[in-house]
Amino acid sequence: MADDKDVLRDVWFGRIPTCFTLYQDEITEREAEPFYLLLPRMSYLTLVTDKVKKHFLKVMKAEDIEEMWFDFEGTSLKWHYPIGLLFDLHASNTALPWSITVHFKNFPERDLLHCPSNSVIEAHFMSSIKEADALKHKSQVINDMQKKDHKQLWMGLQNVVLCSSDKFDQFWAMNRKLMEYPTEEGGFRYIPFRIYLTMSDRPFIQKLFRPISPDGHTHTLGDLLKEVYPVAIPNDDESKHYQVVIHGIEPLLETPLQWLSEHLSHPDNFLHISVIPAPSD
Amino acid sequence: MSVSLLWAVDVYGRVYSLSTGGQQWEQCQDAVLEFKRVTAVQQCCWGIACDHHIYLNVHSSDVPIRYQEETYENQRWNPKDNFSDHLLPSDRWHWSDITGLEHQPLDSFLLPSTNWEWEGDWYIDENFGGEPTEKGGWTYALDFPATYIKDKKWNSCVRRRRWIRYRRYKATDTWAKIPSEGHSGPLPDPFNDISCGGWEISEEPRGRLSLWAVSLQGKVWFREGIHHHSPEGEGWEEVSLPGEVVQISCGPGDLVWAVLWEGQLIVREGITRDCPQGLCWVVVDSPNPEAGAIHVAVGDNVVWAVTKDNKVWFRRGINSHNPCGSGWIGMVGEMVMVNVGLNDQVWGISCVDRAVYFRQGVTSSELSGKAWKAVNVPRDGDIRSHSSASISSLHSAGCFFSGEVQAQSVMSEDLDTEGGPQRAVLEVGTCPSSPPPEPPPIDPDVPKPRIPKVTSDSFISEMLSDRQVKQEAATTASPSIPEEEVALGEPEAKCPPPALVLSPSLSGGLGDPQWSNVDLEETQTHLAVGPAVVRGDSADTCSLSSVATYTLCQGEPYGADEHPLWAWVSGGGCGVNCHSQLNWFNSATALASSVQSMSLSISPAQTAAWRKQIFEQLSERSKREMDHFKHYEQAVEQSVWVKKGAMQWWRDWKPHKWVDVRFALEQFSGPEGNQDGILFLYYNFNEEKKYLHAFINEVTILVPVLNDSKHTFAIYTAERTKQRWPIRLAAATEVEMHDWLALLSVSCCDSRGIQGPPSKQAIWSVTCKGDIFVCEPSPSLEACPYPTPCDQMFWRQVGGHLRLVECNSLGVVWGVGYDHTAWVYTGYGGGFFQGLASSTDNIFTQTDVKCVYIYENQRWNPVTGYTNRGLPTDRYMWSDATGLQECTKANAKPPSPHWTWVADWTIDYGISGGTDREGWQYAADFPRSYHGHKTLKDFVRRRRWARKCKLTTTGPWQEVPPIPLSDVTIVLCGAQSSVEPIPLWAISNKGDVLCRLGVTLLTPAGTSWLHVGTDQPFKSISIGGANQVWAIARDGSAFYRGSVSSESPAGDCWYHIPCPERQKLQQVSVGRTSVYTVDQNGNLWFRQGLTPSYPQGSSWEHICNNVRKVSVGPLDQVWIIADKVQGSHSLSCGTVCHRLGVQPMEPKGQSWDYGIGGGWDHITVRGNSIEAPRVRMPSLTPSLTSSLTDPLRPPPPRSLLPVMITEMENGNAVRC
Repeated sequence: MADDKDVLRDVWFGRIPTCFTLYQDEITEREAEPFYLLLPRMSYLTLVTDKVKKHFLKVMKAEDIEEMWFDFEGTSLKWHYPIGLLFDLHASNTALPWSITVHFKNFPERDLLHCPSNSVIEAHFMSSIKEADALKHKSQVINDMQKKDHKQLWMGLQNVVLCSSDKFDQFWAMNRKLMEYPTEEGGFRYIPFRIYLTMSDRPFIQKLFRPISPDGHTHTLGDLLKEVYPVAIPNDDESKHYQVVIHGIEPLLETPLQWLSEHLSHPDNFLHISVIPAPSD
Repeated sequence: MSVSLLWAVDVYGRVYSLSTGGQQWEQCQDAVLEFKRVTAVQQCCWGIACDHHIYLNVHSSDVPIRYQEETYENQRWNPKDNFSDHLLPSDRWHWSDITGLEHQPLDSFLLPSTNWEWEGDWYIDENFGGEPTEKGGWTYALDFPATYIKDKKWNSCVRRRRWIRYRRYKATDTWAKIPSEGHSGPLPDPFNDISCGGWEISEEPRGRLSLWAVSLQGKVWFREGIHHHSPEGEGWEEVSLPGEVVQISCGPGDLVWAVLWEGQLIVREGITRDCPQGLCWVVVDSPNPEAGAIHVAVGDNVVWAVTKDNKVWFRRGINSHNPCGSGWIGMVGEMVMVNVGLNDQVWGISCVDRAVYFRQGVTSSELSGKAWKAVNVPRDGDIRSHSSASISSLHSAGCFFSGEVQAQSVMSEDLDTEGGPQRAVLEVGTCPSSPPPEPPPIDPDVPKPRIPKVTSDSFISEMLSDRQVKQEAATTASPSIPEEEVALGEPEAKCPPPALVLSPSLSGGLGDPQWSNVDLEETQTHLAVGPAVVRGDSADTCSLSSVATYTLCQGEPYGADEHPLWAWVSGGGCGVNCHSQLNWFNSATALASSVQSMSLSISPAQTAAWRKQIFEQLSERSKREMDHFKHYEQAVEQSVWVKKGAMQWWRDWKPHKWVDVRFALEQFSGPEGNQDGILFLYYNFNEEKKYLHAFINEVTILVPVLNDSKHTFAIYTAERTKQRWPIRLAAATEVEMHDWLALLSVSCCDSRGIQGPPSKQAIWSVTCKGDIFVCEPSPSLEACPYPTPCDQMFWRQVGGHLRLVECNSLGVVWGVGYDHTAWVYTGYGGGFFQGLASSTDNIFTQTDVKCVYIYENQRWNPVTGYTNRGLPTDRYMWSDATGLQECTKANAKPPSPHWTWVADWTIDYGISGGTDREGWQYAADFPRSYHGHKTLKDFVRRRRWARKCKLTTTGPWQEVPPIPLSDVTIVLCGAQSSVEPIPLWAISNKGDVLCRLGVTLLTPAGTSWLHVGTDQPFKSISIGGANQVWAIARDGSAFYRGSVSSESPAGDCWYHIPCPERQKLQQVSVGRTSVYTVDQNGNLWFRQGLTPSYPQGSSWEHICNNVRKVSVGPLDQVWIIADKVQGSHSLSCGTVCHRLGVQPMEPKGQSWDYGIGGGWDHITVRGNSIEAPRVRMPSLTPSLTSSLTDPLRPPPPRSLLPVMITEMENGNAVRC
């Protein structure tokens, strides 16, 4: 009975309960209390952790502070991945709240990008949107938008943190344009997606993939995986080795890809798909 | 939109139908014969087959056509034989009709025709005026004819009983031959044309139709006695004529036009409900004196005609007072015939490509429409892949009319040389801004194979050929003259005489100079309009071929022709209007297939497993990741947000009046993330500035109250509900009101953490304005002894417009509109929520129709008889039902601006008490009880006028065609049970009992109706726990349906339950075990003594009066709509009330708790199966306590304690 708007809503309002603890080797003046926060799945770590920073700064000396970064069980968390993706990829089957360690020293230059200000996030976010639209509409939609429309998309992302229906509506008022396609074509030109693997050296897999096959069939999530990463598809006879996770859920393989792209994409308009090993039990 | 059919006949006589929901012509498989013509109405289709006989195809319905035959068995008592068949010689027959005058033994009843069958054998009617009889159904009397009673008395000398037998019309969905016999034997000559309509003339008898037919000799016949129980009618009656008729058309109302052989038209006048055949004919001239009319088509308020030059004409100025209209307007397009369907929509068959065209843009304000659009769907037998053809057809898309443009431009050149200045108008209209596609070569000299003659046109054609000769206009003449009947399917057998390939356009060029062309833009429109697949040979796209002559490539087999060639179309049963979404206009080519695959991937998506999975997983995710962590801080906080506006307020103190106020909503997010807010209303009191405020989380309901003078809405809180005095506000415009309502309702929902669609347990209610509200029941709502007070229930509005709504705890929700349309719930949204950019996934257009009634009152005086001059003390001569309010035809308005008139005022003959032939009801004085015939004691009379109005809105409701309902009920079950299919029963608006098959959670609309036989019409039904079905008949008696189970969803028989003494029951509701009924006097009755072994119970126990409706839920909870409830400030009618103290051992409860009210009409609590927890821990939810300490918020006044629920939970816990 629910409708697709509710999916967008649920995706938009997705939150991950997180416990931030200070790395044990950081030097503090007194003991740092862990900090609990609901992180919006759609946002980026560095965009929503002002409170965390403020919290730990209270117990630290100013000279001990360099750029803040995070890790989960030893894995440095890339701020330029959406939070939900980081969680799905690294912490899917762990206990909640998600326990993130906060660092202020020894920035892992090899793993992470620096994020000196929010404008870096904005630049990253906008470039993702543009890339996505290049795939979807040959950049026609994004190029037709004005500067202020771009700004609205970015504001929308920033507002994910606010639990407001208005902000959701505001963002979608603009984002809807990016999700349109000519009816006679049945979908986007290519689906902007990225498949992330925990066990791989490559950061992610990205290929050109159309929502509709040349003979007019609708491509599904299963079709995509078969083409791009067939290992993720369970064989008939064996148990599931991998979980295919988007926004913390495992859609059925017969889910149409176009629908997924329209409803489960992040604000950067990419469908971020995590393929993670299935829990052994 | 309910699915209905467009009927058509192709040139080979094959009958096809096209569903409004479909995308291909379905051949009527049953038709063994070829047909010439068909004329369809919603319930059936009449046709003339090639044997010239008339056939009737009655569409099968879930409710069969059945007719109850009855006869009475009469007996007299004598001392010797006791009661016996020995009657006195002066007595009535042993077997007679009800009056005793007619001898009617059982074996005298014969089936009217072979199309009927008996349903069973004769049986005795045991029901007597709502009371069960004993002793074999006998009723007793002192003597014939007298008043019969059910009990035998000492002086009962005679007795009688009623025997019943049903016959059923069996020839549905098949062509049944109608014997062509008049009053005196067979008709002299066979039929040539037929037209069916007239169902709007009278609703008595039900399903009445007028059928007009034309014979070969040009006589007109009227078929008498067609109605629901007699679909075939009774006989033909000849209608006298001023000439010989070739074709006739009959509209839904009283319009009947016919075409004479000489080319004039005749209009039937004097058609009334008492005289559906009408009285006389009036002649109207042909639109074009040069070219007589050959075809006419009429609708409700329109007349279209085709002249023999194939020009199409629209008649101006037609209305019910002027069936002849005032003048002709020439339209663009050349048609063989046109047909007017429902809603005055127009269909035509083009003479160029013989495709069926739909007139786009026909609305009640623009009856002539905008443009012709080709219906372009394949037939069921067609091969779909015409990829090569599609290129040429796409290329020539729009060539259909551009071809005409060419023809006419060429023509106008000719005319210029001939000096025809009158063509200037046409030229303007036909000069396309973009040059039309190349004119294909016209080569009349090439002999072309002729396709077989069009059967249905043969006579017209012959006639025309005659006329041509007479007119000596052979060179300019029009439709072709096929010579001979050619055997069907042997197209190549004959070669056409080339001379017969003529140019109709040229003849048109010489036409009437007085015409005006209203379709000047049409050529362009058509170039843009959808691909009209013109036949593959593009040489023909604008060939000047004539009506019945077709050019086809040599040797091309007809079976595989690229598009069907149509001969006749009938839209009389096709319920479309200019807003209908039809899939008929895309081409049947590769493009279409991609569209189809698209739609395939989307429409089932609503129910697909993957989609369900995503919903489930997302809600699991929310539970997992968010529900337990609500106390965590949000990453970023939010600030206050204010919206202000100017409004008017119905002030609280006397004298009450509208005063200007400033209105503001301040919103902020609570710590839990919920939006919270305060409403402020700033006003002046004695020049002192004051304000009134209400917390958003205390608002219990927002009720829009649209009337024609103000856009108002009411805000209730629990306190205001007690007072029966809401905050009433008026916005300056409707838009503003909707903005505020949308905003406020979102704020209210946010503050209460309510989102998305109503839960399966939701309580639904409907106001007398048709607005729909839902309430999420809290677990403590049905707690005993301390339930949540009713006035604290929070109601939010759901889009749509309904008269009643019913649900169960599985989430199946059905509604019934004022026009009896059945609707099934599809999701959330619609109405004014559309302003919120909400998705339109489950939102559909919903319409409702109701009548506004006014009364015409008259008083008798000895001089002039009845006149509209009353006594000075009398009521208004035009008034409402009470007589207190003046209501004239001119000043009566639809109920709100959302309603628009859709018809004119008509006399309402259906009013209770009966009327005379002019609709009058008589009485001794105002206001008294009225009766339908005049007596000596009567000095006043009145009659009721009705005018239909229509509302169009949107809501999460989808129509369940085709049977209109008056009541519906869905089985009760516990929250966890999984009954499938889900039993659903309904009463049709005609009183049939129906059982819906195939209702499941995925298909809540079900699949079809199963008709459950009854001996009388019913009006209310309810199915409770354990498949207990109770129903109320129209005579006020109650029935229990035996043996209903999942194996036997319709049960086996009705058990008659006597009514409470001297009361006629009105409505029933069956809970898990309780059965409650409401009678016509507003008494609420509880059924005593129900046990599993004796589910019918023993007696009725009176609970209370002042009840309008009752709803009993799966916990046996009892809710009613009370008629009148007094509050501290005001009285409200139609109030939701909850029975307190209902417990398993005390199903009757103790007292009432009063909830929202003032205009409520219906409630259903049948979804709420949430049992109150027995023991509860005292817990204050953190949000509620902290919201009290929120610094942004002024301390609440004592009288408006927020969130009573908290209190109740405390109280409950303390006392537990």
